[in-house]
Amino acid sequence: MRTVLALGIVKGLIAQIIGTALGMGLVIVIRLLGGRPAWEAEPIVVVGALVGAIGLLIGAGVFSDWFKWTRGEETPMRHGPPEGKPAWTRYFGVDYSHKVIGVQYTVTGILLLLVAGSLAMVFRLELAHSGIQFLDAATYNTYMSAHGIVMIASILLGVGGMANYLVPLMIGASDMAFPRLNALGYWVNVPGALLVLAGMVVGGWNTGWTGYPPLSAQAPMGVQLFFLGVYFIGLSSILGAVNLIVTTLRMRAPGMTLFRMPIFVWAMLATSIIQLTATQLIGLSFLMVVVQRLLGMGFFDPSLTNEAIILGSTPGAPVLFQHLFWFYSHPAVYVFVLPGLGIISELLPVFARKPLFGYKWIAMSSMAIALVGFLVWGHHMFVAGIESSLRVPMMFSTMLVAVPTGVKFFSWVATIWQGKLSFPTPMLFVLAAISVFLIGGLSGPPNATVSTDMFLHDTYWVVGHFHATMFGGFVFPFFAAVYYWFPKVTGRKYNETLGKLHFWLMTPGFWLQSLGQMRIGLLGMRRRIVDYDPALGIDTGQLLITIAGFVIAFSVLIMLYNLITSARSQEVAESNPWRSRSPEWQIPSPIPEESYARPVVIVGEPYDYGLPGSVYARMSPVGASGAPE
Amino acid sequence: MRHFIIVAVLVAIVTAIVTFGLESAQLLPPVASAEGQQVDRLFGLHIQVIAFLFSLIVVFMVYSIVVFRRKRGDTGDGANIHGNTKLEIAWTVAPLAAVLFFSFLGARQLADITAASPDEMVIEVTAQQFAWRFDYPEYGISSAELNLPQGRQILFKLTATDVIHSFWVPEFRVKQDAVPGKTTTLRVTPTETGQYKIRCAELCGTGHHSMLATVNVMQPADFEAWVAQQTAPQPSATGSELGAQIAQLQGCIGCHSVDGSQRVGPTWLGLYGTQEALEDGSSVLVDEEYLQQSILDPAAQITKGFPNVMPPTYKDSLSQEEVAALVEYIKSLGEE
Repeated sequence: MRTVLALGIVKGLIAQIIGTALGMGLVIVIRLLGGRPAWEAEPIVVVGALVGAIGLLIGAGVFSDWFKWTRGEETPMRHGPPEGKPAWTRYFGVDYSHKVIGVQYTVTGILLLLVAGSLAMVFRLELAHSGIQFLDAATYNTYMSAHGIVMIASILLGVGGMANYLVPLMIGASDMAFPRLNALGYWVNVPGALLVLAGMVVGGWNTGWTGYPPLSAQAPMGVQLFFLGVYFIGLSSILGAVNLIVTTLRMRAPGMTLFRMPIFVWAMLATSIIQLTATQLIGLSFLMVVVQRLLGMGFFDPSLTNEAIILGSTPGAPVLFQHLFWFYSHPAVYVFVLPGLGIISELLPVFARKPLFGYKWIAMSSMAIALVGFLVWGHHMFVAGIESSLRVPMMFSTMLVAVPTGVKFFSWVATIWQGKLSFPTPMLFVLAAISVFLIGGLSGPPNATVSTDMFLHDTYWVVGHFHATMFGGFVFPFFAAVYYWFPKVTGRKYNETLGKLHFWLMTPGFWLQSLGQMRIGLLGMRRRIVDYDPALGIDTGQLLITIAGFVIAFSVLIMLYNLITSARSQEVAESNPWRSRSPEWQIPSPIPEESYARPVVIVGEPYDYGLPGSVYARMSPVGASGAPE
Repeated sequence: MRHFIIVAVLVAIVTAIVTFGLESAQLLPPVASAEGQQVDRLFGLHIQVIAFLFSLIVVFMVYSIVVFRRKRGDTGDGANIHGNTKLEIAWTVAPLAAVLFFSFLGARQLADITAASPDEMVIEVTAQQFAWRFDYPEYGISSAELNLPQGRQILFKLTATDVIHSFWVPEFRVKQDAVPGKTTTLRVTPTETGQYKIRCAELCGTGHHSMLATVNVMQPADFEAWVAQQTAPQPSATGSELGAQIAQLQGCIGCHSVDGSQRVGPTWLGLYGTQEALEDGSSVLVDEEYLQQSILDPAAQITKGFPNVMPPTYKDSLSQEEVAALVEYIKSLGEE
């Protein structure tokens, strides 16, 4: 009991409750001092949520070292589990090891995946047949909106998990450049996710994850907690990106030039550049709606009060929000998929026993996607009422994204061509990822040309398209990565039979779901509706999509069962079961507290499979200079 | 080399099969506008390219999986090939040319389907939660159903009174958002007579799914007859008849059904004279006074199970006589 109460997360949650009460009390006091009635739900709840979230971070101990620094105290970097506590407790509190933080990110991401997936199961059941079965429109809207944003949070956490765990290992570094910032980067997600989920309770919201005003300006109060939660999750992206860029640029092992980095590191570098420079815009756009609702600053309010007209104000612009929002939220798509595409490129050579075909082209294609991604946001707004002078250039720039994406596909195919392929579970998921991302990618250009998009926009075709890009670009590669590095993280083998069962359920299930969504979209099914017209003739299609969705959900449960039971089993994994050349596979599993007892030196190319006697990473002899302290 | 010949043949065969499959699957609903026919042509071209690229990648993958799988007991590596710059350049430049070509086609088509024709008819579309209203300035007609003459280009001028909506008739293909505070435009030339539905395509709140309106594309003569009927001097409607017209044009029926079906607001069928349970636990008799108050100040008494989403603006936009007519109409629906 004592141990549990001392956990960072428990202390944080208690502090959050206290902070929320303080924040709410503060507003009530100010209101009373100003001679207003004590209670008005929205400002009181919003300020309470904000103070509570900060309370959680303080209570968990995220800022403790920095507070000590302001008092002039030094705090040596702590290694290993907290003194006198069992080893598992470090995963429930603030810990500075990138390996612990990586696991924290990944597990939290999977938990949110379960939450968001369960919401989808509920409304998929509703949508299995036309007519309203059991879900009223308001609840459906809240579930659908929460499904979207919680999945996005889950993906961002999954990306953070892979980045934090793998990048320092892959470049032969002892840890991330800023371990304390790294811990903060993870922990801000906790109140972020809690606020979004709390938003479902305090009225829910009906805006989808895009939160367009004026609808979001008049939505139920839950929308405010959704906005605040996203703000915190976005902060995590920015902090994580700073850390990753500095780590990658400054902490690589001797001999690891940029073009000798594992390809996943390139993908994460490109991802981090987007996160660092674009995330502010979604934070800004959401904050502006928060302020519009709380303080009446009508940024996006097209109506003018009489006073405002006398003062010569110009009306707010609803479409402005969409520009700000999509300037982040389109590049965000590449934040979700670039790491996954990096995983595909990373794993294919290992299981094909052949060098990655066109390494530099793949590395540069990630950078190209990241950069072009900043110029394409307008394609979400082709029917929003923007000028043709904006629609046409945005169409050209959007279509350009197909070029670097094509380079990746062709290079992957060339990598497996004439290889010696083996098919354990991670490789199966990589191949599934390519096939699913192919559907997602190929269904993109019809959305990118303006005239066809005027038909496809806001239909289920788009739903099918982006679920295919998300599953092919993130979910399948993420699962591949989980299986692939599971022996490294836990030191145990996973169950290969269950892994393959997961694959054989999920891949056909997903194909059916995604192609089904595209098909009913073309027949007239709109996005984000609780009920549809039986005259569209899509009842059968909807039923099949629901069944496919449940098959996917079931297969994910099989994976969790597999991972949990395997981690507790006694079957010890070899240190390098995949015969990989990457540095993290040259050290014991599970990885000791100090990853590299002897510094890594890079002496060759990362993917030189098939070249006898070649080595990528070599451990320097004991006692060589440059050893970590 | 032998591998490449086999794969090339397979790619050709699979492309043919996929193309045939997609074309015979009837992917699109019937098309009913000139703009839609153009959109369908470009979409068809997209589908052909998709069929080819899909087959190209999948055949190469499946062939590799089958032919280049590791033989049992073979622990050796594959060939040490790092890449081929000429190939990389080729598969960068060829897709680049393809996407530029498609963008060019898309730009040209956009110019075509947004071009004005000299005899186009303007229809003003006003969207509100959760109903549509159509004004024909040429004739001075307002309608809750959209009647269109076949073969004449329509310039829709769209706006919204509350949140963003989107005007979409799947058979016309093209869609356009209706944005509060500004006017957006969309051009459609109906080519097939028949009845269609406008389906709001932009999430607009609780009743989004039910924000539909009927579209009738008519022979020009029938359309003229409808216009004549609408514009002919008529004995002005009074009482419940006037109320029914107001309910249509003000969008009341977007939320309140008159046939008992469930929408965002309570149905009006059989409402009058009943005891209505309220959100605060009390109940109220639905009489004239209650109905009038609910129209003018919707937040005053909220019916249980129907969160208040009704605009509070009707006290400004409706005259006293109009409110009375609406009450009269609701009353008439109560007398079963």
